[in-house]
Amino acid sequence: MGQIRFLLNGVDVALSDPDPTETLLDWLREERKLSGTKEGCNEGDCGACTVSVAALEGDRLTHRALNACILFLPQLHGKSVRTVEGIAAPDGRLHPVQEAMVKYHGSQCGFCTPGFVTSMYTAHRDGRQDFDDVLAGNLCRCTGYAPIIRAAEAAAKEPQPDWLTDEADRLRVLKGSEDITLDGAFMPASVDSFADWYAENPDATIVGGATDLGLWVTKLMRNLLPTVYVGRLEELQQIEVLPEGIRIGAGVTIARLRGAMIDRHADFAEMLRRYGSVQVRNSATIGGNIANGSPIGDSPPALIALGAVLTLRLGEVQREVPLEDFYISYGKQDRQAGEFVESLFIPNQPDVLACYKISKRFDQDISALNGCFNVFVEDGRVSAARIAFGGMAAMPQRASAVEGALVGQEWNDGTVEIACAAFTQDYTPIADVRGTEAYRLRTAQNLLRRYFHESTNPLAETRIVGRGAA
Amino acid sequence: MSVAKPNPHDSGPAHVSGVARYTDDIPLSNPVHLAFGLSEKAHAKLVSVDVSAVRAAAGVIDVLLAADLPAANDVSPSAHDEPLLAVETVHFVGQPIFLVVAESHRAARVAAQLGQIEYDELPALLTIDEAMAADSKFEDAMVFLNGSPDDAMSGADRSVEGAMEIGAQEHFYLEGQAASAQPNEGDVIVHSSTQHPTEIQHKVAEALGVPMNAVRVETRRMGGGFGGKESQGNSLAVASAVIAMRLNRPAKMRYDRDDDMVITGKRHDFRIKYKAGFDQTGRLQSVIFEQFARCGWAMDLSLPVADRAMLHADNAYFLPNVRITSHRLKTNTVSNTAYRGFGGPQGIVGIERVMDHIAHELGVDPLEVRRVNFYGTDDRNITPYHMTVEDNVTPEIVDELVESSDYLARRAEITKYNKASPILKRGIALTPVKFGISFTLTHLNQAGALVHVYSDGSIHLNHGGTEMGQGLFTKIAQVAAQVFGVSLADVKITATDTAKVPNTSATAASSGSDLNGMACKAACETIRARLVAFAAENWNTSEDQIRFSDNIVKVGETSMSFAELAAAAYGARVQLSATGFYKTPKIKWDRFAGKGRPFLYFSYGAAVTEVVIDTLTGENRILRTDILHDVGRSLNPALDIGQIEGAYVQGAGWLTTEELVWDDKGKLWTHAPSTYKIPACSDRPKEFNVALWARGENREDTIYKSKAVGEPPFNLGISAFLALSDAVASCGENYPDMDAPATSERVLKTVDMEKGFAW
Repeated sequence: MGQIRFLLNGVDVALSDPDPTETLLDWLREERKLSGTKEGCNEGDCGACTVSVAALEGDRLTHRALNACILFLPQLHGKSVRTVEGIAAPDGRLHPVQEAMVKYHGSQCGFCTPGFVTSMYTAHRDGRQDFDDVLAGNLCRCTGYAPIIRAAEAAAKEPQPDWLTDEADRLRVLKGSEDITLDGAFMPASVDSFADWYAENPDATIVGGATDLGLWVTKLMRNLLPTVYVGRLEELQQIEVLPEGIRIGAGVTIARLRGAMIDRHADFAEMLRRYGSVQVRNSATIGGNIANGSPIGDSPPALIALGAVLTLRLGEVQREVPLEDFYISYGKQDRQAGEFVESLFIPNQPDVLACYKISKRFDQDISALNGCFNVFVEDGRVSAARIAFGGMAAMPQRASAVEGALVGQEWNDGTVEIACAAFTQDYTPIADVRGTEAYRLRTAQNLLRRYFHESTNPLAETRIVGRGAA
Repeated sequence: MSVAKPNPHDSGPAHVSGVARYTDDIPLSNPVHLAFGLSEKAHAKLVSVDVSAVRAAAGVIDVLLAADLPAANDVSPSAHDEPLLAVETVHFVGQPIFLVVAESHRAARVAAQLGQIEYDELPALLTIDEAMAADSKFEDAMVFLNGSPDDAMSGADRSVEGAMEIGAQEHFYLEGQAASAQPNEGDVIVHSSTQHPTEIQHKVAEALGVPMNAVRVETRRMGGGFGGKESQGNSLAVASAVIAMRLNRPAKMRYDRDDDMVITGKRHDFRIKYKAGFDQTGRLQSVIFEQFARCGWAMDLSLPVADRAMLHADNAYFLPNVRITSHRLKTNTVSNTAYRGFGGPQGIVGIERVMDHIAHELGVDPLEVRRVNFYGTDDRNITPYHMTVEDNVTPEIVDELVESSDYLARRAEITKYNKASPILKRGIALTPVKFGISFTLTHLNQAGALVHVYSDGSIHLNHGGTEMGQGLFTKIAQVAAQVFGVSLADVKITATDTAKVPNTSATAASSGSDLNGMACKAACETIRARLVAFAAENWNTSEDQIRFSDNIVKVGETSMSFAELAAAAYGARVQLSATGFYKTPKIKWDRFAGKGRPFLYFSYGAAVTEVVIDTLTGENRILRTDILHDVGRSLNPALDIGQIEGAYVQGAGWLTTEELVWDDKGKLWTHAPSTYKIPACSDRPKEFNVALWARGENREDTIYKSKAVGEPPFNLGISAFLALSDAVASCGENYPDMDAPATSERVLKTVDMEKGFAW
C-alpha cells in the first residue's frame, strides 16, 4: 500500500492507494464535495476547472495554474492545491482578484469564474500582468472578456493580502525522497530507479504532465494502468547551459522551456507563448510533446529545424538520436520497449529561426500547420537550410526538397518561388477540421514567402500578433 | 433610485468564491447517474439493440430502451416528433438510443459505449442541397411579399446578385446541460439547467403520465444559456425523473462536453440567395431573398426561427419592393434550436451583405449606401411584413457613432495604409441593427411574479424568468426595491420555481426583463397600494401624502422605516403578499399571411469594427470596435454594457473562428473546444468602446422605459465579418464572395480569388 500526500487549501491530505488515474476535478467534486471547481470540457481546453498548485521547483516555491480535469491525483504528491474556495481569507474577506471581479462585473453566468479567479490569483501572486496570455486558457462565453481584463488590471494594483502563507517548508516535509508504489502506479524518486523499473515494465504508461494522457482517460475512457509517474524526477527537470548548446531535461515543462528560449530563439519562445495555454504549458513536458509523436505537436518542428538531438535511455544505456530521425512514421518512433526520452540538446547557432504557428484561433488552438525555418545566408547565398513542418505529414518532418531548392542559391524572390514549388515534393497534407489540403499547401508556401520577407523587413509588416507585431 | 444604477450581478460574490450552486452542484442523497448510448448513423433502421454488455459493465444498475419508458416518449418542445429514446429508426449521429443508469457518472459513460447496435442504413440527407433535391421540409416555403419585386427588379437601374453560406454555431455555454430529480412522496422535484422550467415540468409530467401539479421544477441559475437551454434540457430532466421514480432514488444527468455538442441543437446554418435592384445612389428599388435553413431531423423551434430570419431580412432598411422566401429543410443532422437572435442574425447578415455588395458595385463607401436605405420616420417606414416602424432611431445613432468612432478619417487612413502595406491589409465596416422585441408566438408574451413582504420589512421576490448570467434577477430586484423605496439588499432573490409562479414562458427572445419586470412591478404595486391605503387611514392622511424612498416611508408628517410600516400593516391584518401579471399589449401576428405587428418595439444599435488580415495566411484580428447601442432608459447600465460587450464578441465569433464541421456521414467532427474555437481572451477587440445611447428611451410603455438587450447587440458582430470582407476587397477588383465563418482559410481563399489565384 502506498500513500500520496499534499495540501488542499492549506489542509494536509494523505490518500492511500488512490485510483492512479482519478482526476483532481472528480476527486474534488465527488469525494471532497468542493463543487466550486467546475467541469466545462473535461479536456483541459476551457479552464473552468483551474486550480492553483504550489510546488517546490528546486528550492523555489512556484505557483502555477493547472487544469484539474486532466490532472491525476499522483501528480499532486508533495504539492499544495488551492481551489477557488481557498483563496479568500479564513474570515471571508475576498482576495483582491475576487473583489475586482465583482466590482468590474467580471462574472455573468459565473460558471467560468472560479477558473478565472484561480488563474488571476496565481498571476497576482507572481506579479504577472500579461493578462491575454495568463487568461488564454480560460474561456468565457458571456462577457467578451473586457470586464475580466479590467478586473485583472485593477487587482494588479493591490498588494498581496495578509493571509497568504508560504507553504515551502510544509512541502519539503511532504515530498519525501523514497520511491512510492501505489496500486497501479509507480512514483520513482530518482531517474535510475525509473529507468530500471521501466525497463522491466515496458508496457506501463509514462505519465508526465498528462495534458494528453488525461484525455485518454476522460474522453477515450481508456485504462492506462500500470502507470509510472515521472513528475518527481528532478534530474529530468534540469536545464543545463553547456559550451556547445543547451540541454533540456525531458521533464521540463513547456512554460520553463519558453523561458529558456526567449534569449536564444525568440521566435521559438513566441510560438511556445501560443502553445496550449498557461495551464497546459505549466503541466505539459517537452519529453511528452516529443515522445507522443503527434503530427501536430508544436515543439518538434522547431527543434528539428534547430537540429536538436535526443538522448534516449534504456536501463543504464543511453544513446543519441537526431530528433528528425526519431520519427519513423505515423504513431511510430525510434524508441525501444522500456526506453524513454531523457533529454534533448539544442546546439548553439546564430538565431535566424522563425516559427509560424497557423491555427483557427491564435491562442490555445491546435495548429493546422506549423512551419519552422532556419535558413542561413552567407554573402547573399543560402549556405544551409533546415525547414520543418508539423501538420503537413503523418509526423513532424523536414522539407528536404524545399531546402534543396534553396541551398547554394541566391537568397531572393526567384529562389523562393522555385523553392515554393518544391513543397509538393515534400508534403501531401491531409484535410481535417483544421484545414483543407489546399489551404495547408498554399499557406506552407506562403510561410516561406513570409520568412523571406521578414529576412529584410520589419516584423510589423507581416505579423498581427505577438513578437514584432505592430 | 434603485433602477438605473450599475449594481453588480447579485451572485457576483458567490461566483467568485465558488459557493454559487449550479445544477450539478446541488447535493443529493446517494444519486444514480445517467448517460445515453448514441446512434452512430445519420439515418438507419435499428435492426437490433443489444445492451447485455452495457448491463454487465461495472457499476451499472439499469439500462432502458424506448419500450421501458412508463408513458410519453417525447422531449420535443412542440411537435411531439422527438423521442427521448429512438424508436425503430435513428435520424442523426448522436441520437440517444438507450439510457444507462449507474453508480457513478464515469461508470455510466463507460458503459454507454458498450451497446451492440445493428443498423440497416437508410439514405441520409445531410446538406441544404440534398434536402432541397429531396423536397424534405417541415412546412411549405413561407413568403413575405410587399410591392412588386419582379417588376421593380426588371426596371431597376442596376442590380447585384449573389449567395452566401452562413455556418451554424454551437452555444458553448460553459456549464453543459444538467438535471436531477428527487422522488418526493409520489411526486417529483426536478432541478434543471433550463431557460424554461415550465416546459421541463410539462415534459416530465407527460413522461411520467402524471398531471403537472405532481412535478415541481426549480432553477436557481444556469452557467450560460444563449437559447441552448430553451428546449435542449428536456431530455436530461425527463430521463432523470423517469429513473428517479422507477428506482425511488435521486437521479442526475449531465452531458460530457463532447456528448453535449453532438446531441444538442445549434444555431441554424443558412444559405441566403439575394438579388437587389437599386438606383445610382444605391437606394434599393427591389430585393428578392431566398433563405434556406437547415433545421435538422426534428422540428424543435425551427419554424419560428426561420420566421424571425424573414422578419429581420430588412434589418434597418426600407425595402420598397420585396419578396422573402424561406425554406425550412429537414435533414439527418442534429435538430437545430434557439440561439441568441433566433434566426434574426442570419436574416440580417443577408441584407448587410447586399448593402456591401451594392456599395462595391457603385464604388462608394458602404456607409453611404446604408444611409440612403435606412427606414424613414414618417414615410418609407413599412416593413416587409406590413408593420409600421414607429420608433426608428437608426440615423441618429449612426450619425453619432460615425462621429465618436472617427469613422471617416479612419476609412481614409486605412486606404492609405493598404496602399503602403504589401502583406497586411486593414478593413473597416459599420453595421446597424434593428431588432424586433416580442415572442412572435403571441401567447408567450406573458409573465407572472410573486412577491411577499414579511413583517420585518424584508422582501421575497419570485418571478417566471430564469437567470443564465444576464443579470435578470438583479434587474428585477431593482424594480422591486424601486417600488418599495428600499435597498436592493432588502430584496431576496429566489430560484425560479414552477410551484411559485406557474405557466411561465421561456426566458428567451430578450424578453426577460420586459415581461418579468412588469409582472414584478405589478405585484409590488399591489402590495404598496394596500400599504398606502392602510397608512393613510392609520395615520389619518391622504394617500397622495405617502412616499416610499431611501428606506423611509413618509406618511404625511410622520416618517418610519419600511420595516416599521410592514410590521404595523401586518398587525392590522393587511395582506402583504401578491402576485403580478403582465401581457404585452398591441401585438398581433398572422404568420401564414406574413402580416401584422409581431413586435411591440425595436431595439437599435450600431457598431464600427476595424480589422487586419494577413494576405499570406488569412490570419486576422479585430483591432478596434466602437458600439453605440440603445437600451432605452437602462435598468442597469453595467449589466447592459456587459450584455453588449459579450454579445458582440459572441457574434463576431460566430462569423470568424467558430466553424462546425461534419463529415460526409453526418458525424460532427468539431465536438469539443479543442476543435471548435470560440473567442478567447485575446480575440476581443483591443480597443473596445461601448456606449449606451444617451438619448435612448422606449416609446412604448415598458418597464421604466427600458429596452431589451439580450439578443440585439449579437448582430453587431456582423460588422467584424464585413470589415474582414472590406480588407479582402482591397486585394482586387471583385466583390469578395466570402462565406461565413471567415476562418483564416476562408479569408486566404477569398484573398487569392481576388488576386485571380483560385484553389
